[in-house]
Amino acid sequence: MISLQHWHIDKPLLIGLILLSCISLLVLYSASLQAAAIPLGQLARLAIGFGVMLAVAQIRPEHLKRWSPYIFAIGLLLLLVVLAVGADTKGAQRWLNLGLFKFQPSEIMKLGVPMMTAWYLARQNLPPRSLQIGGAILIVLIPSYLIALQPDLGTALLITGSGVFVIFLAGMNWFTVIGLLALAGTAVPLVWTYLMHEYQRQRVLMLFDPTLDPLGAGYHTIQSMIAVGSGGFFGKGWLNGSQARLDFLPESSTDFIFAVFAEEFGLIGIVVLFSLYVFVVLRGLFIAFYAQETYARLLAGSLTLTFFLYFFVNIGMVTGILPVVGVPLPIISYGGSSIVTLMAAFGILMSIHTHRRIAQA
Amino acid sequence: MSNRAQTKTSSFRHWTVLLLVVSGLGLLVVRAVYLQVLSSEYLQAQGNARHLRVAEYNAVRGMILDRNGVPLAISTPVDSVWAHPPTLMQAGGRWGQLTALLDLDRRDLSDMLARHAAREFMYLKRHVTPEIAKRVMALQVPGVALQREYRRYYPAGAVAGHIIGFTNIDDQGQEGLELAYDERLRAIPGKKRVLKDRLGNIVESVESLSLPIPGKDLVVSLDRRIQYLAYRELKRAVAAHKARAAWAIVLDVRTGEVLAMVNEPGFNPNNRADLRSALFRNRAVTDVIEPGSTLKPFTIAAALESGKYTPDSLIDTAPGVIRIGRKTIKDVRNHGRLSVAGVIKKSSNVGATKIALGISKNRLWNLLRGVGFGETTGSGLPGESVGIINPPERWAAIDRATLSFGYGISITPLQLARAYTAIANDGVLVPVSLLHGDGGVQGERVMAKATALQVRRMLEMSVSGGGTGTAAQVNHYSVAGKTGTVHKLINGSYAQDNYVSLFAGVAPASRPRLVMVVAVDDPKRGGYFGGQIAAPIFSKVMAGAMRLLNISPDAPQPQQPTIVKASERRAT
Repeated sequence: MISLQHWHIDKPLLIGLILLSCISLLVLYSASLQAAAIPLGQLARLAIGFGVMLAVAQIRPEHLKRWSPYIFAIGLLLLLVVLAVGADTKGAQRWLNLGLFKFQPSEIMKLGVPMMTAWYLARQNLPPRSLQIGGAILIVLIPSYLIALQPDLGTALLITGSGVFVIFLAGMNWFTVIGLLALAGTAVPLVWTYLMHEYQRQRVLMLFDPTLDPLGAGYHTIQSMIAVGSGGFFGKGWLNGSQARLDFLPESSTDFIFAVFAEEFGLIGIVVLFSLYVFVVLRGLFIAFYAQETYARLLAGSLTLTFFLYFFVNIGMVTGILPVVGVPLPIISYGGSSIVTLMAAFGILMSIHTHRRIAQA
Repeated sequence: MSNRAQTKTSSFRHWTVLLLVVSGLGLLVVRAVYLQVLSSEYLQAQGNARHLRVAEYNAVRGMILDRNGVPLAISTPVDSVWAHPPTLMQAGGRWGQLTALLDLDRRDLSDMLARHAAREFMYLKRHVTPEIAKRVMALQVPGVALQREYRRYYPAGAVAGHIIGFTNIDDQGQEGLELAYDERLRAIPGKKRVLKDRLGNIVESVESLSLPIPGKDLVVSLDRRIQYLAYRELKRAVAAHKARAAWAIVLDVRTGEVLAMVNEPGFNPNNRADLRSALFRNRAVTDVIEPGSTLKPFTIAAALESGKYTPDSLIDTAPGVIRIGRKTIKDVRNHGRLSVAGVIKKSSNVGATKIALGISKNRLWNLLRGVGFGETTGSGLPGESVGIINPPERWAAIDRATLSFGYGISITPLQLARAYTAIANDGVLVPVSLLHGDGGVQGERVMAKATALQVRRMLEMSVSGGGTGTAAQVNHYSVAGKTGTVHKLINGSYAQDNYVSLFAGVAPASRPRLVMVVAVDDPKRGGYFGGQIAAPIFSKVMAGAMRLLNISPDAPQPQQPTIVKASERRAT
């Protein structure tokens, strides 16, 4: 305990994350038809992720706060570079090839936007004034817009969400909240017409009736709903989910991994999985609640709520209550840089919690 | 940094955040319960509909065996190569090896795939050798798989081609016994429920719904050795006489079982490239002929049954010509006064005419119908003809006259052979059978025993010295039989130079065991009389068959002390 505290590690968070990682490896082993390559790849990424998390946890929140504008600026620059390169290749361009490895600049912004927004709002006393809120909104929307242009609407919306959480936690008054919601409501038709691609509109339409195009745009949703539904109460058992194993379920190890899990472990498994996620989220909110500094509290709250948002959007998408937006299930889905970003966020949470001044006011 | 008001606001905000999280979670849980508990049954059925399939797997078709258990048709497992068209279409880069191995044209393959693009199954090549099948699988081309099938082989080949028939590539009987007994021979494929993946590959079998039922073996009446003998002699005769075609049938007298049935020209059912429909006809049952003089024994039998004639009744056939209305009936030469037996022995048309005109129409009609003309033989072979015999009400005098020596009636060679079993069987007619039975056959008496014996005795004389059928003699066995030489009916009139040469006979004459009918269609070289062309075939086949069936000789001495070479004999 002493040593954990010494190494700036939050034990409950660590246990929750390790349990989720174990579930990830189990389900990926099944989804990849017992091929070892995918679970081993995930294990490697999780190992790097945990390493990054522990490293970030050692950094004092004050340092993080000071670096916030720079991280944000670098992220913004990289987004512009990506967009410029993408203009040449015409297609979707999210990746930046750095020779040794490729990575998505939008990953930086998953941390950069909430950090920058928190840094900006924490400079003055809360609650923020209207002008500050306007500035914060700009900080959120500019990178989100650039990411939406890539086009990566899912990530753009989630990053917007992470910024909005900061602004909300900073203490907008309720009139502003309602006003912004109204504004967002009017923005929906604009986003629909100008920002969304045809395939994305199709996906949203399919949400209302996936059977419109069961072999095309509705295929993912129908197959995943079938997989989840055939799990039943007790599930079919590990390695026995037929939909994924027989190749009927697309993207079974990435965005739709939850369908594999739900088919094999049933409602009981889902309750266990949800409990783990809720445990991690509650621990994150607890950390935010006990944070001693405005910046830390806003950032911790936003990162936790964003984690929950990822979870909510992914499960909603797989169970057919949200459109297919391409958001992975955090930690469980097979995925590259997003795991590292995610673990870095948990590192920040641990740092915030373990660098408190012990004598509380 | 924090005052009371702020603490109050942020605590309210904490509760809002918690409420958001809890309600979001609640929504997901409700949705999961809805999918997994409430719609679970429907969604499970939908899931099963996507991957549970009923697959059939083939079983082996029954063998056809001859009466001694020698296989005449057997099935061996082979593999057919099939493809999942959408998958194979995407693997265009791999077509090269595949087309080379299966001897396909790349463009044909492309066309075939395009036509079946929306299907899940397409044969690439049926019935490949195990070697090829193995190499195809080794290529591991996506979307290509094997299916177990059975290929039919006919060890007797052309020898029994017509009578056995053949199956198509889907193992269904198409001709001959394969068609006649298809239901019995056919295997019923087994069914099992299988898991199929999105590409249609069987991943595992879940449960067996029904086991495959192999077809039942069929033991037929044929004796492959006699069949081969008949085939060999017929082939030789057709070549020697440059004939158009020839038929031969050998029946077991007591059971009506067909021991041999041969058509020439034949075909080899193993060679599918050879299968032309013109060759398939089993002419011994599908085609009708006019029997000519081979019918005379039945005219005589009717006369003997009437009581007006005995074998010794004398009939004046001089001057070898008789006018009936505006038609003239001729004998080969003037035989003068002949006994009834002499009419048979010399095959006198004038004699037969006078006898037929001496008995009632109905008596002749009843006897001809009795021995089975104008009705099916019961063989069950596909396409069997019943022939044509006009009812007596429509007979003019000339019709009775020509009928007495076998014109104006159409019968199949098999009907003729069956009719002769009545003579051989002491007057009892048995149904024809192509299955090897236990011998308990219910026959039907169609003439008095004495009549049959008397006719048989006359037929024996017609084969002995001075008769038309001496070439039919068999060493050490007595033979009773009748020759026939029929002008072919071509386009409604009788051709002068086109004949069918016939011989129908029984051996051994004292205790008949076999009946054989031989017909040679349109011989062009070496004569045309039944006694010249058909009788020697009868002799050779019967000689072999007697030995093969281990039948004790009934005539230790030849019927004629001096054997005359067949080529020196002249007969009608």
